[in-house]
Amino acid sequence: MDWRTSRFGVMTQAQASPAVVVRDLTVVRGKRRVLPALSLEIPARQVIGLLGPSGSGKSTLMRAIVGVQVIESGTVTVLGHAAGSEALRDQVGYVAQSLSVYQDLTIRENVAYFGRAVGLTGRDLREAVAATLSEVDLEDHAGDLVRNLSGGQESRVSLACALVGRPSLLVLDEPTVGLDPILRRDLWDHFHDLVGRGRSLIVSSHVMDEATRCDRLVLLRDGRVLADLTPAELLERTGETDADAAFLTLVEASSDGEVNR
Amino acid sequence: MNPGLTIATTGRALRQIRTDHRTIALIMGVPMVAIGLLAWIYNNTPVFDAIGPALLGIFPLVVMFVVTSVATLRERQSGTLERLLTTRMGKADFMLGYAGAFGALAIVQALLATSFAIWVCDLDVLGPLWMLVLVAVLVAILGSSLGLLASAFARTEFQAVQFMPAFIIPQFLLCGLLVDRDQLPAFLSVVSDVLPLSYAVDAMKEVTAHAEVTSAGAWSMVIVAGFIVLALALASLTLSRRTP
Repeated sequence: MDWRTSRFGVMTQAQASPAVVVRDLTVVRGKRRVLPALSLEIPARQVIGLLGPSGSGKSTLMRAIVGVQVIESGTVTVLGHAAGSEALRDQVGYVAQSLSVYQDLTIRENVAYFGRAVGLTGRDLREAVAATLSEVDLEDHAGDLVRNLSGGQESRVSLACALVGRPSLLVLDEPTVGLDPILRRDLWDHFHDLVGRGRSLIVSSHVMDEATRCDRLVLLRDGRVLADLTPAELLERTGETDADAAFLTLVEASSDGEVNR
Repeated sequence: MNPGLTIATTGRALRQIRTDHRTIALIMGVPMVAIGLLAWIYNNTPVFDAIGPALLGIFPLVVMFVVTSVATLRERQSGTLERLLTTRMGKADFMLGYAGAFGALAIVQALLATSFAIWVCDLDVLGPLWMLVLVAVLVAILGSSLGLLASAFARTEFQAVQFMPAFIIPQFLLCGLLVDRDQLPAFLSVVSDVLPLSYAVDAMKEVTAHAEVTSAGAWSMVIVAGFIVLALALASLTLSRRTP
């Protein structure tokens, strides 16, 4: 590690019990080591932004946290359990980049089916579906087939399918892609609302202006943690005024370090 | 395994099909058209009575194979399968749910095709009608199970559709429809002994040739059921929560 990355280095706040603890996680996809021995602690009850250029390992890290990624070595502990274990099935909600909803079902049918899959039944299920549809503002379209929706509506359906089980941890891979500014703002307000109700969120994005809306940021590059800090600290340390420039400064600093090594 | 989730999956798969009217029309209509044509071609000859019953067993296999393999491939590719496997949904719930949904469609298909063959095309069936439908449903579930398995080896929908002739044509040629299985060259006769469609056609032949349920017919059905279990077991190995 060069002096710059150690200057912005991994800082873990002393929190009671972190939502996610990653230790020496190595993931190999094809011949590439996507994550080389990554270690990270993600605090609970915050919105954590997972940022980095495409190919930096954001999605792979999220898949490992959800427990659908084959890992080479290392451990991932989520809410005190091994990632992907039986105990976490109802506690972790996941929205992948591919929206993963059924095109030929209505919005309500999708949300109800995924609610059923995490164990809700009967009246509990109906109430959870109704509440979730109003949370994502899709009540008026509940009977529409997903294939007839716009991209933004479809991504809200996918989010609703993850929210319906009221999971403690939400892992959202680029949930705001394709959304207009108003919807993006509403969604981020909603994320903070969820944190207010005791949930933990991990949200990936490559839109840097969303960084300022996170409680804490993890910047990834080439499968390594470039920085783990608050948005204010990011601006302060780089001396920049906006998140985009700050991120570029950090990335360039780390590349210089690699060249100079 | 959780029966509630299995039933929920069956309901979901049926709701998906419900929005696709053309697929429903094809599933229900194609067997009747083919049987009707066959009866017409062989009008006033004994050929239709000889091969009609076997065809009633082959259609459900072909149709359900294609529908299930494409549907499951779509689940794998769209990410919905991965998402489901992060929940309480088990592999068995997923597979049996699908088998249930397409089995239900198969019951309707078998009723329509069988009624059409018997009452419109005058197919002679000595055995009880419910046996004919039961065999057709078993074969349809076999087709679904093989489709689930095949979807694991297809990367695109083109490949999934091409798997149909690859899986079905050799079985069709060796099932005893064209040449009786005991008259096949020795090696091919052995091969036909390990193919599921052979037993489906054997069962159909028994039902049409005897007024009562024969032990040979019952055994053939048990063997078809065994193939279903085998195909589902192999298919479950291809579903994993973690992928590279």
